Amino acid sequence: MEKIQDRINEQSPWQQITEGNKIFEPATSRSFCTGEWRTATPVWNREKCNQCLLCTPVCPDSSIPVNDGKREDFDYDHCKGCGICAKVCPFDAIGMKENN
Amino acid sequence: MAIRERLSGNEAVAYAIKQINPDVMPAFPITPSTEIPQYVANYIANGEIDTEFIHVESEHSAMSATIGASAAGARALTATSSCGMALMWEELYVAASNRLPIVLALVNRALSGPININADHSDSMGARDSGWIQIYAESNQEVYDNFLQAYPIAEHEKVHLPVMVCQDGFITSHGVENILLVEDDKVKAFVGEYEPQHYLLNPTEKLAVGPYAVSNYYMETKRGQRQAMMEARQVILDVAARFEQMTGRKYGFFEEYRMEDAAYAVVIIGSAAGTCKAAIDHIRNTTGKKVGLIKIRVFRPFPEEELAQALSHVEAVAIMDRSEMFAATSGPLGAEVRAAMYQAHCKAEVVNYFYGLGGRDITVSDFETVYDNLEALARTHIATDMYRYIGLREE
Repeated sequence: MEKIQDRINEQSPWQQITEGNKIFEPATSRSFCTGEWRTATPVWNREKCNQCLLCTPVCPDSSIPVNDGKREDFDYDHCKGCGICAKVCPFDAIGMKENN
Repeated sequence: MAIRERLSGNEAVAYAIKQINPDVMPAFPITPSTEIPQYVANYIANGEIDTEFIHVESEHSAMSATIGASAAGARALTATSSCGMALMWEELYVAASNRLPIVLALVNRALSGPININADHSDSMGARDSGWIQIYAESNQEVYDNFLQAYPIAEHEKVHLPVMVCQDGFITSHGVENILLVEDDKVKAFVGEYEPQHYLLNPTEKLAVGPYAVSNYYMETKRGQRQAMMEARQVILDVAARFEQMTGRKYGFFEEYRMEDAAYAVVIIGSAAGTCKAAIDHIRNTTGKKVGLIKIRVFRPFPEEELAQALSHVEAVAIMDRSEMFAATSGPLGAEVRAAMYQAHCKAEVVNYFYGLGGRDITVSDFETVYDNLEALARTHIATDMYRYIGLREE
């Protein structure tokens, strides 16, 4: 499927920008990698994790994917490194690593 | 046949709104525009129109709700004055940059302070960079006619910009004048049904309005917005031509009054043009001096080339500002007309006057003095003071 960034991107001349920046496509934030903004990175320790899933609903960026009732590793394309998941984890299974 | 009536400027705008029967009107009262939503509310209460009136808690909310309604696909409008529009500040820019064809009935009033409720252009002149089309009126007839033309301009596919229909507080808004109204069916045919191209309530199209745009996109977006303002020039003239076919009343970017042979010209906006016309007739009848007037109707987009052309043959020009912009030099109209004349290599001497601030009266004899000064300036080429006041008490 053609994505919005195939038609409008940072090389587009002004004539191709939609009127008032209207976007005619849903869920385009998926293709905007806000993970670049991160200054601290959560690291998931699978051994310590009890899959209680307290971390998933508190994530403001929906960056903790869940499949078949179990969380998976972080979506680092969108995680902004806020650290709320690390704070809420009762098992110390999420550590915050400062980015270099 | 047109309907002969006697209406105030506010009544005339409210009557135009009734004839158009727009979808949504969020509004908050402020003198001297309060009567407009009040009359519209009466029309709604009496079942004459089915406009959705939204009682909001502030002008910030009024413009926000108007933007929301317009983005949803409604033909939306609001009315305000002065500090009310100042409270809409953020949303004025949002309405324009989101390319929403909103109409704002603005009744010009001075901005505080000192707090003052009278005619002054500081509210709309302050908003001249917000991206709205601005159309001004001399009389009740003109503000009615301008209002009828506003939606066809705003909603044109090449424009999609909001339009501010301005009139002078109290002078026209509360002054009752004879007026010719257009019949309801003709208004409906002229304005037409609003059929938005893209709108949020369309279930068959996915749409997001007003997204964040980083610096990689902002500049291109603004260039597109500028294009709409440039395209608006021809659309404004086309709509005016269609209006003239319907009513016989002719409109352009500005009105030229006895300018064909004029040596001394005044450039002005709004109701004081009527006083200036009386002075012109008197001067020409008693002295034969060639005096004329340009009354700006469309300030945004600014008719730069046309204005310079109209002033190309005059010897001296007085540009009249009804608002300060505290550049410590000229007022907004003075700055823009001067720039247009410079660009076109106009030879005329130019002086900028501040008049009528906060509703200060301006008389026929004041304009006679202005023309005397222009004559002296053209003869001596000595501008003792580039920025003068009319009616200011001085030691």
